[in-house]
Amino acid sequence: MKKRNLSDNFMKLFIILSSIITLGTMIWILIYVISNGIAHVSWEFLTEFQEGQIEGGIFPYIISTLYIIFITILIATPIGIFSAIYLVEYAKPGKIVRIIRFATESLAGIPSIVFGLFGLIFFVTMLGFRWSMLSGALTLSIMVLPTVVRTTEESLKAVPNIYREGSLGLGASKLRTIRKVILPSALPGILTAVILSIGRIIGETAAVFLTAGTAKALPKSIMDGGRTLSVHMYYLAKEGISMDKAYATATVLILVVIVINFIANKLASRLNKKNS
Amino acid sequence: MNNMKITVKDLNLYYGDFQALKNINIDIEERKITALIGPSGCGKSTFIKTLNRMNDLIEGVKIDGNVMLDGEDIYKDVDVIKLRKRVGMVFQKPNPFPMSVYDNVAYGPRSHGVKKKSILDEIVEKSLRSAAIWDEAKDRLKKNALGFSGGQQQRLCIARALAVEPEVLLMDEPTSALDPIATGRIEELTEDLKKEYTIVIVTHSMQQAGRISDKTAFFLLGDLIEMGDTKKIFSNPDDKRTEDYITGRFG
Repeated sequence: MKKRNLSDNFMKLFIILSSIITLGTMIWILIYVISNGIAHVSWEFLTEFQEGQIEGGIFPYIISTLYIIFITILIATPIGIFSAIYLVEYAKPGKIVRIIRFATESLAGIPSIVFGLFGLIFFVTMLGFRWSMLSGALTLSIMVLPTVVRTTEESLKAVPNIYREGSLGLGASKLRTIRKVILPSALPGILTAVILSIGRIIGETAAVFLTAGTAKALPKSIMDGGRTLSVHMYYLAKEGISMDKAYATATVLILVVIVINFIANKLASRLNKKNS
Repeated sequence: MNNMKITVKDLNLYYGDFQALKNINIDIEERKITALIGPSGCGKSTFIKTLNRMNDLIEGVKIDGNVMLDGEDIYKDVDVIKLRKRVGMVFQKPNPFPMSVYDNVAYGPRSHGVKKKSILDEIVEKSLRSAAIWDEAKDRLKKNALGFSGGQQQRLCIARALAVEPEVLLMDEPTSALDPIATGRIEELTEDLKKEYTIVIVTHSMQQAGRISDKTAFFLLGDLIEMGDTKKIFSNPDDKRTEDYITGRFG
């Protein structure tokens, strides 16, 4: 009895310690970055910029980041969701499905720089899209597609089969069943897929600077290049231009991520409430 | 001579190599309650699903024989969507959709092209009344259906099935997940419903079959052993195996 208690307590200690380490590192990084950066974040830093001036504000980079997120999600989500619907609702289990699954899983494991090189050769050069928001977004779309497909697949599979039976049993068509019953139930999961994708897009540097370029200007159209916050940060730190500015940019980046996640969570819980 | 709503001839059903139904011949009378009884795995649930082709959803199912609804072969002459509109189903586990009570009941009619609000309102009220849940539901039409109790959910599912105005109602162990009081209400309800609908019910409970059904069919290991008037099956069955099952010697 005593022995059991001892090992129980040890286990508990280990679990608590692990949680503290995980949470602790995260908080430490956040505090470190923000405390170093927040002093340099000013209204001017956020809104001002001079064409070609790396020392100035980061306004164009914020816009580039949001721009690329928006287009990528616009391209990747419908394709990813439709593929997942095909895989879960239509495809007969067999060789083709196995091949598609294997392909998406492999795709997810490829380092982002490889996607960057592919985008550089295919979108930037061969299709002649140059370094642009479009090239960047297309490349990132391919990169986040596996995440969208897998996460959506899981949420579709989690929809209880009795809903499908109920709908089909009423004489509803398969398409209607998917649109009216299955997709609404799977929506929170699909939203998770989008949030995860946004996270990957924001954090990406290698694939972005190879395809969207590092232009220091505000992108005025989808065919203009631009640099995202992450790419900008990479340059600030690597070239030793200004560590202060790098931390300030990181602070803004963290805030952007927090705001996006907050909005997505609010949206998810609202959808959940409507559904249950 | 009573009217036969459904006539099943020489029906065989296979899951891959396994034969789940063997040469079934059954006539189902119009506006009567037909109960299907038998031990687990005897094929009664499989059989009821052949009547509205829900088995189509399962991979590797092969069916031969004829299932005639009003003289038309449902596997050859009838479009599956139209078939399921005519032959509705209530499932073992209450399965209201995660949407409002109103939308649940209106789901079927909307699927079949009814758009007008006034008509939908009418259908919803009528169906909920027929399923004896109007009093509980009328103030909660816009509320989510998952907030109902299990018994209420099952009656809501019956209302949902009735909303497409089926001719036949299939019930696959509709009370197995419910408490005795909720079960009693569903049983009462079936008595009312048989005035307008032909009902086929799968049940694990022989008492239930005895209480509510007019005809009883006894299945064992994929065979239909015996079918006849419920009174006769329960008091004086022809087959020894039926008697053994009913008296509780196995199952």
